[in-house]
Amino acid sequence: MYHHYQKSLSYKIFTIFNYTFLTVAALLCILPLIHILAVSFSGSAAATANLVGFWPVDFTLDAYEKTIGNENFLRSLWNSFLRVVLGTAISMAVMLCAAYPLSKSDKAFRGRKIYMWFFVFTMLFHGGLVPTYMVVTKLGLTDTIWALILPSAVSSFNLILLVNFFRTSVPKSLEEAALMDGANHFTIFWKIYLPISVPAIATISLFTMVFHWNSWFDGMIYMSDVKHYPLSTFLQTIIVQQDFTKMSVDAETLQNLSERTVKAAQIFIAALPMLIVYPFVQKFFVKGIVLGAEKE
Amino acid sequence: MQPTVDLKRQTTAVGTRKQWKLKGTWQLHTMLLPALAIVFIFQYIPMFGLVMAFQDYEPWLGFLHSPWVGLEHFKTMFEYEDARQVIWNTLVISTLKIIFNLAVPLAFALLLNEIYVMKFKRTVQTIVYLPHFLSWVILGGILIDILSPEGGMVNRVLTALFGIEPIFFLGDNDWFRTVVVVTDIWKECGFNTIVFLAALTSINPSLYEAAIVDGANRWQQTIYITLPSMLPIIIVVGTLSLGNILNAGFDQILNLYNPLVYKTGDIIDTYVYRVGLLNGDFSYATAVGLFKSIISFILVVIGYRLAYKYANYKIF
Repeated sequence: MYHHYQKSLSYKIFTIFNYTFLTVAALLCILPLIHILAVSFSGSAAATANLVGFWPVDFTLDAYEKTIGNENFLRSLWNSFLRVVLGTAISMAVMLCAAYPLSKSDKAFRGRKIYMWFFVFTMLFHGGLVPTYMVVTKLGLTDTIWALILPSAVSSFNLILLVNFFRTSVPKSLEEAALMDGANHFTIFWKIYLPISVPAIATISLFTMVFHWNSWFDGMIYMSDVKHYPLSTFLQTIIVQQDFTKMSVDAETLQNLSERTVKAAQIFIAALPMLIVYPFVQKFFVKGIVLGAEKE
Repeated sequence: MQPTVDLKRQTTAVGTRKQWKLKGTWQLHTMLLPALAIVFIFQYIPMFGLVMAFQDYEPWLGFLHSPWVGLEHFKTMFEYEDARQVIWNTLVISTLKIIFNLAVPLAFALLLNEIYVMKFKRTVQTIVYLPHFLSWVILGGILIDILSPEGGMVNRVLTALFGIEPIFFLGDNDWFRTVVVVTDIWKECGFNTIVFLAALTSINPSLYEAAIVDGANRWQQTIYITLPSMLPIIIVVGTLSLGNILNAGFDQILNLYNPLVYKTGDIIDTYVYRVGLLNGDFSYATAVGLFKSIISFILVVIGYRLAYKYANYKIF
């Protein structure tokens, strides 16, 4: 890959600028996180005196010990874990079952178009915050994990991605052959569609897991007790809002929670799962985005 | 329906398939049922709940007995100074975001495309995607720390380099919108380059070869080949973002704002949340939300139409 124009002086100057610019851009994306990491491993006094840059000062694990020792934090971590696992499982089961019939041709499944619009319309128009809140409340879902799982279980966008995947990747001949052998739809779905779609299922599952791990607003409006908060909501309350009124904690824990190093440790722990998985999942995301943007 | 039953019926292949299709569709409908139920309950029922916007809804009276007030709440909204300010803030912030979230990733993709050391390119890509995967709660926590006027990292750097007095970025009405737009670009820019990079790889290389034979330099190739080839995807991204003109970023602003910057930073969604859920003024908040939903709906439909007309884009 060497082109003639690359020899010109102006292109060489541009290349130097380009490498510098992209390096700076990449640093800007990662340095804030490194700073937070450095603060979380620093001594409390050094952090408060703004002495920490991108390397810990007076290295200590104190902040992490205090974080792990806080039962509110641990419980919210557990709530988040439960939410991610249960939410993703339910969401995927429901969406895969729906994507199968929707992937049929209009001729093979009359009514497909109507169903499709039923889902797509929700991407165009929303009832809005207050009516949705009232439905969830009236159903008695508040303070249960279902309030965090059911309202968002079907994402029309992800559903369309699955439908498109089914339509393009499952060989029609295989399905025809199974039909000849007398297999019914449930069997075809289970034995042919699902095994072929493992990459797509993995991709959409990852979308959904990231969504559940990061969601915090539903936890805040549907959970009245801090015991039921997922981690994101818990952090939003104590770090962003700095509201400790909902927590029944002793003065010492309160003191710990407001320490800068402890805040940094909590932020880092919450970011950690994403930091670990995203380099692996980014290529799936890239696929999903491209799939969504330019379809056949 | 059972495989065995169907096997017995297998007299002629065509006849069996017709029968099977008729018999089989009930299975297809059944498989859709859970998804239909969930979407109906959590998406469509709230739409019926929008009647609240035309009532003075009282929880103990319910939808059936709450008094009707017609367009009262909509009138209030346009007369109320707060609401008008909120609509204006929303428009300013979202317009800036739409423009920069199109232009910056496009430029970034073009720059990345000029890198021929693949390891460097991939490393930069991986790093700039990172903020996209972190929630606004985490980023909010980080930003509050590094933008703090009391020794936040950013202010320390600014003071060291330029000797500026510390700036209260998240508490100053002159700065808040800038911070919101810049941090949003910071979070999404890398990720938004993906569609553009994909489009770049699909440009026919023979176009460039022909241009090189004609003696075009890289800049001329970019202007006359790359950008025109990218036009369809630019149109798609641009027209589809039309629907976001009233979405200024609820998650982000709720995690960054505070009463000091309500004047420039309060947007429709945060306003609806405070008025509706925190103050309990259900009907008025629903009216403001409905206003937003209707305008967004019209713009989304226009956006899809334009994307279809000019770039042949279809959602399904």
